[in-house]
Amino acid sequence: MLDLTKYSSIGAALKDAVERFANETCLIEADREREKDRLTYAEFGKRALPLARAIEDAGFSAADRAGIIMTNQSKWLISAYAVFYSGGALVPLDYKLTPAEHWQLLEHSGAKILITEHPIWRQLSAHPARANARNLQAVLVTEAPPNADLSGAHRWEGFRGETAAPQFAPRQRKDLASIVYSSGTGGRPKGCMMTHENYLEQCVALTSLYPFWPGVCYLSILPTNHAIDFMVGFFGPFTCGASVVHLRTLRPEFVREAFTKYKITYVSLVPLVLKNLQKGLQARFDELAPGKRRIFDKLVALNRAFTRSHPRLWLSRRLLKQVHAAFGGELRAIIVGGAFTEPQTLQFFYDLGIPVANGYGLTEAGTAITVNDLKPFRADTVGKPLPGMEVKIADPAQDGVGEVWVRSKTVMSGYLNDPELTAETIVDGWLRTGDLGQFDARGHLHLSGRKKNMIVTEEGKNIYPEDIESVFESLPVKEFCVFAANYVWPKRTMVGEQLVLAIHLENNQVFSAELKGDIAQRNSRLLNYKRIHGIVLFGEDFPRTASLKIKRNDLAARLAQLDRDHAILPL
Amino acid sequence: MPTLENTTQEVLTLAEKHFNLAPGSLSPGDDFFKKLGIDSLQTLELLSRLENHFNIELPDYEVQGVSDFKTLAERIQSRL
Repeated sequence: MLDLTKYSSIGAALKDAVERFANETCLIEADREREKDRLTYAEFGKRALPLARAIEDAGFSAADRAGIIMTNQSKWLISAYAVFYSGGALVPLDYKLTPAEHWQLLEHSGAKILITEHPIWRQLSAHPARANARNLQAVLVTEAPPNADLSGAHRWEGFRGETAAPQFAPRQRKDLASIVYSSGTGGRPKGCMMTHENYLEQCVALTSLYPFWPGVCYLSILPTNHAIDFMVGFFGPFTCGASVVHLRTLRPEFVREAFTKYKITYVSLVPLVLKNLQKGLQARFDELAPGKRRIFDKLVALNRAFTRSHPRLWLSRRLLKQVHAAFGGELRAIIVGGAFTEPQTLQFFYDLGIPVANGYGLTEAGTAITVNDLKPFRADTVGKPLPGMEVKIADPAQDGVGEVWVRSKTVMSGYLNDPELTAETIVDGWLRTGDLGQFDARGHLHLSGRKKNMIVTEEGKNIYPEDIESVFESLPVKEFCVFAANYVWPKRTMVGEQLVLAIHLENNQVFSAELKGDIAQRNSRLLNYKRIHGIVLFGEDFPRTASLKIKRNDLAARLAQLDRDHAILPL
Repeated sequence: MPTLENTTQEVLTLAEKHFNLAPGSLSPGDDFFKKLGIDSLQTLELLSRLENHFNIELPDYEVQGVSDFKTLAERIQSRL
């Protein structure tokens, strides 16, 4: 791999990778069973440079920002390379957000160009909030049908072939590389400013544990705006000359096929998909005839015994040949992240000889803070701090649990346009994560709840209550407020997180079926993973500041005096 | 070509079969995440079944943000 300690920017490292690994396979794009594109590193460069030239011609220059809103596909990476080549900073946005949310973040980030897909642009261009993104000067749209109305955008595919060479713009380690929104679409946008150094350091640390090399094939099914996919499905493999396969669907039947077709080495999944995979495999094991099942269970037990101290892939592949064949026979690890994964799921895969690289991280810390190093595999922890990470437990309670603080070169430089929030979050160089945990005697971190008012879904989505409150605006009650139930009533757990709506009724108002129906109807306007799960009735005025903002912490403390099980009325 | 009403009805019938529900238990305006208590991956399984039935391809992005049967039927109808 490239020696990343010698590079000052992502762009410089990628540029060298494209030259050094010119003839290696770089990208494969598959849509269902069809392979649509296959590029070597040299071809990747040739595809990206005209695009870099096009954005430079459109007035894009070093330090400008470029938004990317795309599903999981190779043009994301080609576009990102063009942006880095021109010295720009990326603003990777989740394509699942609504058009209003996209425009809000594009405006907040000050993006000068936007690169997106035609179906997404169709919705974005028709939205009235388009007028607010005043910095946006050019839009590039992929895969537009021949006669499509581009609404002022340019066709991405139009920039190909021979053009004048773009100007490579060098950047420094401390310069801005990307603005990653960890949340805050409805309320206060939290744009994490990530530097080139953040990514370079993280890449060195991660690849020291989970290495890539030419011939390694990474299956990308998470979109690349996801911090994990950016690192292990783009920057990591590229700086080692490995291949990345993009699958443009999450349909289980095509994901299964991709493993065997491309002999996948690594894949990244969110816990929801991993659990689904587990369910599918378990169902197949349960269908085995009793005799075969007994043999299978014995082989699993044997594998467990032989891999107790460390993985022995060659042995696992022989003992459990059919299971490994179903994954293509070359799988070295499944990388899981974005949310907490239950230990029994991790153990299930490890017993089959498939290590799951489980860890803990947050965008603000530069993806991963701890990772399981498999020496030995531990399903009950989120692993040990990565090289270069200082992690401490602040103000531990009697049981040793306290807030997790992190100090490292991978920690963001701050939140965009929010010095106040930055000062609250990074104190004396320590990032206060808001997560609770403790270390065991072997240096493994155990997470046990949150100090902050938010939830993380199994799909890896961070949901902050203030981001979804707008849907309940003008609800016919005296006042309302959304909370993470585990924030109000702390539980030493990372599973089963839910949001609740606290309401204070008007004098003489009763909690009617009509009101409940109104809340349910508004709730259904939210994307399914953002919805509230229960209602809490509170009979007193909410505590407020002089400017009449709800004092959330004070209100949470008062709600906490109610009995949780009785207080939450299911919706 | 079938009408949107016909397509909607076929979608409902198939969803009822897929999730082992009594005929007539689903309506066009039902939110399938809430009514069926399913997650996004289970929705993809239903989509695969609908694709086979209607002999069409529904890219994942086409059904992004869709959570009721009526809108789902409209997306299918536009590809028939």
